[in-house]
Amino acid sequence: MPSRDTILAAVARNQPDRLPMPEVPAFVSADADLVEKFTNVAVSIGSRVFPVKGMDEVKRILLQEHSIAKRVITAFPELKDLGEVSVAADADPHTLADVDLAILPAQFGVAENSALWVTDAQLPVRVLPFICQHLALVIPQQNIVPLMHQAYAAIGGQAYGFGTFIAGPSKTADIEQSLVLGAHGARTLSVFILEEE
Amino acid sequence: MSQTKDHAALAEVFNADEPRVDWHDETLWFIRQKRDKAAHTIPDWELLRETASQIKQHVLSNLSDYLQQFEANAKANGIIVHWAADAAEHNRIVHGILLQHQIDRMVKSKSMLTEECHLNEYLAEQGIEVIDSDLGERIVQLAKEPPSHIVLPCIHKKKEEIGELFHEHLGTPAGMADPQVLTEAARQHLRETFLTRRAALTGVNFAVAETGEFVICTNEGNADMGAHLADVHIASMGIEKLIPKREHLGVFLRLLARSATGQPITTYSSHFREPRPGHELHLVLVDNGRSVQLGREDFRNSLKCIRCGACMNTCPVYRRSGGHSYHTAVAGPIGSILAPNLDMKKHADLPFASTLCGSCSNVCPVKIDIHEQLYKWRQVIVKEGYADRKKTLGMKAMTQAFASPTAFRLAGKAGRWFMRHVPFVVSNQMNPWYKQREMPIPPKESFGEWYHKNREKHA
Amino acid sequence: MTVGLFIPCYVDQFYPNAAVATLELLEKQGVQVVYPPRQTCCGQPMANSGFEHLTKGSNDLFIQNFSGFDYIVAPSGSCVLHLKDHLHSDKHPAEAAAIRGRIYELIEFLTDVLQVDNLQARFPYRVGLHQSCHGQRGLKLAQMSELVAPPFSKPEQLLNMVEGLELVELARKDECCGFGGTFCVAEEAVSVKMGKDRVADHLQHGAEYITAADMSCLMHMEGILRRQKSNVKVLHIAEILNSQAL
Repeated sequence: MPSRDTILAAVARNQPDRLPMPEVPAFVSADADLVEKFTNVAVSIGSRVFPVKGMDEVKRILLQEHSIAKRVITAFPELKDLGEVSVAADADPHTLADVDLAILPAQFGVAENSALWVTDAQLPVRVLPFICQHLALVIPQQNIVPLMHQAYAAIGGQAYGFGTFIAGPSKTADIEQSLVLGAHGARTLSVFILEEE
Repeated sequence: MSQTKDHAALAEVFNADEPRVDWHDETLWFIRQKRDKAAHTIPDWELLRETASQIKQHVLSNLSDYLQQFEANAKANGIIVHWAADAAEHNRIVHGILLQHQIDRMVKSKSMLTEECHLNEYLAEQGIEVIDSDLGERIVQLAKEPPSHIVLPCIHKKKEEIGELFHEHLGTPAGMADPQVLTEAARQHLRETFLTRRAALTGVNFAVAETGEFVICTNEGNADMGAHLADVHIASMGIEKLIPKREHLGVFLRLLARSATGQPITTYSSHFREPRPGHELHLVLVDNGRSVQLGREDFRNSLKCIRCGACMNTCPVYRRSGGHSYHTAVAGPIGSILAPNLDMKKHADLPFASTLCGSCSNVCPVKIDIHEQLYKWRQVIVKEGYADRKKTLGMKAMTQAFASPTAFRLAGKAGRWFMRHVPFVVSNQMNPWYKQREMPIPPKESFGEWYHKNREKHA
Repeated sequence: MTVGLFIPCYVDQFYPNAAVATLELLEKQGVQVVYPPRQTCCGQPMANSGFEHLTKGSNDLFIQNFSGFDYIVAPSGSCVLHLKDHLHSDKHPAEAAAIRGRIYELIEFLTDVLQVDNLQARFPYRVGLHQSCHGQRGLKLAQMSELVAPPFSKPEQLLNMVEGLELVELARKDECCGFGGTFCVAEEAVSVKMGKDRVADHLQHGAEYITAADMSCLMHMEGILRRQKSNVKVLHIAEILNSQAL
């Protein structure tokens, strides 16, 4: 008998009597100001947060903060002065090894942990937000939800091939619990919160 | 790995260097405190734990259906699904995939399952090089040691020791022990690895039956770097990692990192639903004893585990004996209730490596009754005949004496019976009690004698 | 109200003063206390070592000794927890169940059943309270630091009624001392290290006495204190609660 059938038979034989699926309670956040909560958490985990009025301001801040970036990729045509406007979907991901800065939109953010949701709808190539030295994500203020439960409600049945929550820069504390930012992924994460018009 | 010493003997070796034990204990206690702080930011924390526990209980009671639902959805998404009954089959499947693509070098992110299966050793024998990409795992790999903790693989190592390893293997300056500098060296070294490996193996934190996707959580980004650059991505998962719905991830991702390190969430929580266009995504579903554990009524709840490591950080014994003293891939309290299922004789000592203090069960984000299972494993191990014979004889003598008040009373002067019969106070300088502790001083009369004189006679 | 007094075997043999204090405390509250003389052990040392199947004899003896009382009280969280969880009998299942429901550790009996709100006690010293794990996490005598739940402490509630007593704050308020029954000899190295660390926490915070609702933890810590030739003493909580006001 192939292992699949052996395993399924053993599981069926040994699993306990069927229990009902529990209702997930309607968890709510006590935080009144989601932007403030998001910002506080983001800063505490090493992100830089910039409230901005528009893409012009994003551009100005990036020029200032990342003046030495050589290769920049952005998904925003408004930022075409900064670098390449996106990459071909069939680009070899290895060719992105020298990207200094990637600027991408996020679908929404989560106030309780400052995670930002990005899928291949925003990512021309999956490896981009990981392989770049520095990452900037742009999020409209009204797209900040309180908790992960509301985040998944927002994701719903999206049929992405790949999606990821990104919270802060890549980090490790594997050496004696000393926190070091910039493990294998982006060394910094800048979050631009676009104020509501 | 050959191993002859039991937990107590290995722990004694670990305790030979007391300042180091203090350092290990403090480091892990610090993480426990971070966990407490994170949990306390969520007023609904206990309800969240209860919900997570119930979801997992529900999954275990419907596991065969969920496995089939997951398989069907994953296949429909273009994922190639494999089934492995045991560690050997898992290793053969992985090897087969690599052979098919003529790949002899692979990069791997953290997967405790592959530690359990001893995949690296197996592939090395087949001439395949595996490089672990999690920083902590890379460090223990260079040191030719197994991880000592499921979340913090090199928590037992001092930065100076890591500096020496990096000096030898990665060419950092001699004496350099700055974590920032060492991490940067590892970043450069592993970046070259990510860019040159055609196959990447990752673990799986959660797999969603409803969508056929799976989720990998890392802080370093190493799973993503490996998977998105390689031609072939292989993900290995235990069959217990399933959850019913995507929305349930909201519950588990709120608990996982807070319980593990006190972070609000890991830096990356990556959801893999389809392979990269033009590339292969393999998923290996591994049983390796899990279906047996599922049949053990008293122990099946151990399969709820989401591998956060909180029980290790809080365990006063783990903190003072180190992960390697457990001589199993998953150390600490959870490892001690999982390991006997795989090999009861080899791991007969582990359920006894605990004071049953219960802190593990309280921090567990999915409410596994860990300390109660430790107690129950002790009963099973003794009944199956894996307790040592001397202990068995001693216990039988003690039991008979306790069942007979006459024997207990007639033993004479207070304390004397105890000193002879009860293992923890046997009056003998060879007795381990006496090595570092004084014996209690027997009083001039027992309470029973006092009561007889002062109350019964006046009644 | 008649209470059957269960004095754990090692308390009977090594720490009779703790037992006398327990008896006197209960009597002061107007409780009629009976000490069945043929009692021995709760069976926990065997059961925690994996030999629960050998405890039938001591279980039946316990049932013989303690059936029929309104309550059974013992000055040990650990023994009481064991009996609550594991006292079973094929011969007398109903009696075993009745005892499991009526047995109390001394502290919870004072706070929950007798609802004591005043003790005529004086103990003018700095005291460190050791939370025994079985009392705290098993019997829930105090809130556990791991949980996100409102704080409370039944032993502190009583100790706060003692005149002159000053409770010291600990760095780790509910860490295990490492006694653990046969663990204390089977895992000697870790057990002693845990004990040393626990004792050090009390010493660093200026405790003159270490107290607990479990004498077994105290026996272990006393063994370490005496080896260190420390002046700090251990005392069962009953002895402090029963200390005479001058």
